Amino acid sequence: MGKTSSRDRVSNEINAGSMADIAFLLLIFFLVTTTIDIDKGVLVKLPPWSDEPPPELELNERNVFSVLVNSENQLLVRDQLTDIGELRERAKEFIMNPAGRPDLSKSPKQAIVSLKNDRGTEYKTYLEVYNELKAAYNELREEEAQKRHGKSFEYITDDERKAIRKDIPLVLSEAEPSDFGEE
Amino acid sequence: MSKFQKKRGKSSPEISTASLPDIIFMLLFFFMVVTVLRDASLKVSVNVPNATELTKLEKKSLVNYLHIGKPLDNYRELYGTKPSLQLGDKIAKISDIPLFLEQHRNTVPENQRTGITASLKVDGEVTMGIVSDVKTELRKANQLKVNYSAKPRVD
Repeated sequence: MGKTSSRDRVSNEINAGSMADIAFLLLIFFLVTTTIDIDKGVLVKLPPWSDEPPPELELNERNVFSVLVNSENQLLVRDQLTDIGELRERAKEFIMNPAGRPDLSKSPKQAIVSLKNDRGTEYKTYLEVYNELKAAYNELREEEAQKRHGKSFEYITDDERKAIRKDIPLVLSEAEPSDFGEE
Repeated sequence: MSKFQKKRGKSSPEISTASLPDIIFMLLFFFMVVTVLRDASLKVSVNVPNATELTKLEKKSLVNYLHIGKPLDNYRELYGTKPSLQLGDKIAKISDIPLFLEQHRNTVPENQRTGITASLKVDGEVTMGIVSDVKTELRKANQLKVNYSAKPRVD
């Protein structure tokens, strides 16, 4: 008698205790195997479109950091053939002008970066140049944050960040590309 | 006889529902994962360049993708070899951009529309001509938040 009753108990119920484990196992399996690719990129704000030609601005030449990229992917920075590796340092020197040179930007607020490319420029080069210029600004902001607050730009408060952004604004003007070297 | 009766009386015919929540959760997670992965199949080859100053795009529903690259081998006959623009799942003309943006904009709640970002997935080898044309069209359509998609560079 005792034997039969124990057999009954076993066959009547499927053990549901391990179900949760199986579910979790499957869940973890899917979590591990699927790669949800997060889209990353260089965030850019384009200027609004207007049909009228932009007004001619009187700009002091010392405040303009002109970068030209031709269809051979060569860089002309302030009328000087430059290697892309030097671009970041040159941009930083131009913006901050630590030595107070008369041919570099008067102050970071007045500095303007002007970027122009040909239609035949490779996108890769263009993005690399853009990235270097953005990196120059990011590094300067980081240095400023360290100097002012002794903390990284990431960890200071929003107001402090805004103040630094105001003092070192990223002004990047892009000219219409010239028609060279289109495929 | 008595034996049979006893047996039937003891056994409960109900199926245990204790595991149901787990099964439901499993299905839920499965669908969550799968729906994120589903993406328009690409007809152009896009190998985005590397960069360092990257920003993550947080809300997927606020992003629309514009792919620019050379058509893949099996679409060459149809579209040629020149770099082309892909909107959604088909190759499109640059003049189709405003309509594409408008269609996406209508799916977004009104209070979030300022956060819409256009993600440009452009092949590194493409020349700037077509990219500039797309940029001009985006500016005309008042879509000013643009993200140049890039891979992180390992130095």
